Amino acid sequence: MSEGVQVVGLYVRDQDEAYEFYVGKLGFSVHTDARNGDYRWLTVQHPGQPLFQLGLFRPQAPMHDPATVQALQELVAKGAMPPLVLSVDDCRASYERLRAKGVEFTQEPVERYGNVDANFRDPSGNGWKMIEEGA
Amino acid sequence: MISGQSPELLRRLLRAKDRMDAGSHEEWSIPRLARVSGVSEAHFARSFRDAFGVPPHRYLLTRRLERAKALLRDTDLAITEIAFVTGWSSLGTFGRTFRDVTGESPGGFRAREKKEAFHQFDRVPACFLSAAHRPNLKIAVSEKRRQDGAANAHGSQAMEVL
Repeated sequence: MSEGVQVVGLYVRDQDEAYEFYVGKLGFSVHTDARNGDYRWLTVQHPGQPLFQLGLFRPQAPMHDPATVQALQELVAKGAMPPLVLSVDDCRASYERLRAKGVEFTQEPVERYGNVDANFRDPSGNGWKMIEEGA
Repeated sequence: MISGQSPELLRRLLRAKDRMDAGSHEEWSIPRLARVSGVSEAHFARSFRDAFGVPPHRYLLTRRLERAKALLRDTDLAITEIAFVTGWSSLGTFGRTFRDVTGESPGGFRAREKKEAFHQFDRVPACFLSAAHRPNLKIAVSEKRRQDGAANAHGSQAMEVL
């Protein structure tokens, strides 16, 4: 077993909706979907990265008080969470495929500095940049 | 930190911000932005400012200036051309606004930037680098002009709607 980053989590507004987006549209697979009462630990994986899990978490009690939950939900919805980057082999082809599935793109593919990149958001507001390097 | 706005409303306001990001050279009237967000025209500007801390048209102006700076730095396009493609209707307004906000003329900025290339940032995706250098416009351009004008006596004449 090698050492490394195992899970990085995103906050989402609704885990069912996030599941449908990351699995149903982006093509990630589910690694863990475990519930305990109101709490749900949901992580997904990119098919090319078996050692890395992307967590899809909901800001909630009892980890956070109601005001903090509200603040976190607002930050996600305003697109204020940190940048996310998805590496692809063919940005334009991925753009066409994902757009046909209803992914909300906020920037069409643009070529710059030898790369092609496009932007999309998940339903919660998390912003992804999709980059094809060395195009 | 908490604006009291619902996450659903904020998500829709974010859509208006995203659309300005994607097409900052376009005309973005309040009715057009309100439609994108599904908010009434009467409430849009206030809601946007409450959410993002800046009125929608000032936000648009910072994006236009960010793009103009990138084009000045990274291309050899004529300044007139850059003013036009970034959404200004006149070269004079572009030059004046650019100078009032950044403190230097478009030509002066270009000459200086060409000398100080950003080699150390080669590994940062270009858009994030560009966003980090977006003008941080905390007051209206007209207010900035008044302050600068009071300091050095000659203000500029025409006020921009932005």
